[in-house]
Amino acid sequence: MVEQLDRVAAPTRRDLAKAQRRRGGSHVVAHLVLGAGALVMAFPFLWQVVMSLSTNAEVQSVTPSFWPAHPQWGNYAAVFERLPFLEQFRTSVVITVVRVLAQILFCTAAGYAFARMRFRGRPVLLAAVLSILMVPSQVYLLSQYQIVADLGLLDSLGGLVLPGLFSAFGTFLMRTAFLGMPDELEEAARLDGANPFQVFWRVMLPLARPTISVLAITSTLWSWNELLWPLVVSTYAERMPLSAGLATLISDRTTDYPVVMAASLLATAPVLVLFVVLQRRVIDGLASSGLK
Amino acid sequence: MSEALPARGAGREPARGRRVRRDGAWPWLFVAPLTLGVAVFYLWPIAQTAWYSLTTFGVFGGTTFTGLGNYAEILGDPTLYRSLVNTLLYTAIVLLNIPIAVCLASLLNLPGLRFAAFYRVLYFLPYVAMPTAVAMVWRIIFNGDFGVLNWALGLVGIEGPYWISTPWASIVAVAVVGLWSSLGFSLIVLSAGLKNVPPELYEAAQLDGASRSRQFRSITVPLLAPSTSFLAVVTVIAGFQLFDLLYAVLGTTNPALPKSLSLVYYFYRAGFVDNDKGVAAATAMVILVLVGLATAVQFRLQRRWVRG
Repeated sequence: MVEQLDRVAAPTRRDLAKAQRRRGGSHVVAHLVLGAGALVMAFPFLWQVVMSLSTNAEVQSVTPSFWPAHPQWGNYAAVFERLPFLEQFRTSVVITVVRVLAQILFCTAAGYAFARMRFRGRPVLLAAVLSILMVPSQVYLLSQYQIVADLGLLDSLGGLVLPGLFSAFGTFLMRTAFLGMPDELEEAARLDGANPFQVFWRVMLPLARPTISVLAITSTLWSWNELLWPLVVSTYAERMPLSAGLATLISDRTTDYPVVMAASLLATAPVLVLFVVLQRRVIDGLASSGLK
Repeated sequence: MSEALPARGAGREPARGRRVRRDGAWPWLFVAPLTLGVAVFYLWPIAQTAWYSLTTFGVFGGTTFTGLGNYAEILGDPTLYRSLVNTLLYTAIVLLNIPIAVCLASLLNLPGLRFAAFYRVLYFLPYVAMPTAVAMVWRIIFNGDFGVLNWALGLVGIEGPYWISTPWASIVAVAVVGLWSSLGFSLIVLSAGLKNVPPELYEAAQLDGASRSRQFRSITVPLLAPSTSFLAVVTVIAGFQLFDLLYAVLGTTNPALPKSLSLVYYFYRAGFVDNDKGVAAATAMVILVLVGLATAVQFRLQRRWVRG
């Protein structure tokens, strides 16, 4: 009976492969749909490139010119002359780097302890930290502002960076990673006389590298792109990060669209480049972190 | 010190199982920085906001307890309801990204499809791009006078509205941007979900003579239910948080703004433009309740839809 089934199964598999090849025609439809979709998705970026190289008159002409008559590369130079672009860029980089490093440090340590150490009050502390995940950010924003103001940190890097050094999501992410690790390595290291810090640092942390990179990627994206907090704690354009700086640019006094387009492209570029380089890791990481 | 500390724990924790160890004070060292940060910058502020929502801020500092006065004020404000409706309209439109992504993901999952990785990257780009930066180009695309959208609509004889400065149209426009930027994430999550569908199911269905669309309806859609319901929850929560795109696409001097607010924008305006912290805090608490309700309802629905 089983053999019979096998004999039946063998030719059908081949038939399926053949059918699939024959079906090649329908892949054309798939490519048409996916290609058209991809064009729609990419259009705003392409359009931004086109407009960043146009003159203001071309941007505002009623019949769009799909390619500028004379590419205005000077628009990119103007970004640095007319806007505090470099200052804002530097601010964005500093905020992002500091936050990512701090989150990796604090979240891996706490995530590890919550996953693999026993101590009194652990369930309560863990519940308290994770409860934040359910609370919309507006609920703590006002008071965070008040704290930063009381510390005299408004309009400063310290104020911009502060609450984002700590992440409940990161802790949750790292705890999940450490929970899934085998006990054996840890036990072996302990028997060899390693103290808890050495076990964490030498054995567990290297194992957690994939999840740490997910944490680094998500917190980079979040920090680089965040708008509301920088908008709230900073008043002077020169001290804002790019996300908020660009948003204030559009206040209708600026109608120099090509320069704004060039600035926007330059602001998105680092993250886009990072993503294209690391795409496999980003996509897999985000998909798995989202699903857990 | 590292030797003295574990010794203290030794008496308290006899070696019962493998997981019971003598960690002494170590766990506290590991947990302290994060927990302190979270307590100071998140937990305490949550409590404080709840208190703020019951007080009125004096012009010269100091607060007075006013009970539910702030709540009465916002719940009697038509703009709050307008903001709620706008937020719901936005969320409803962005939810459309899920069915679109289901179709695209099933195409991307076709066996032997070439360039799949290339498509995936392109669809995902908007998700990682800075919202305020892409909002700039969308502003121009939606421009009523020289925007490429209205030009294209004009080609087929439709006169497009002034998208950005017409209240209802501005929400639709921002929702289109929201849909565009979240599609890639849904696609990735669904692709991961599709990988868990055993290919034998399709092979068997094919042998039984089921058409492609039949396979899509009877295999793909039901088996993706866990992914789609997860996406629905995430999209609704994100929808309630609408601010960045709205703020950046509409601009701050837009005449349509008062009628185009979202709940979070309403909160932002109360707290940081009008400087009415009590009202802003009450708004935040209302958002908290609404998000909680929406999530609870969805989990209830999810249980039915994923199992059924």
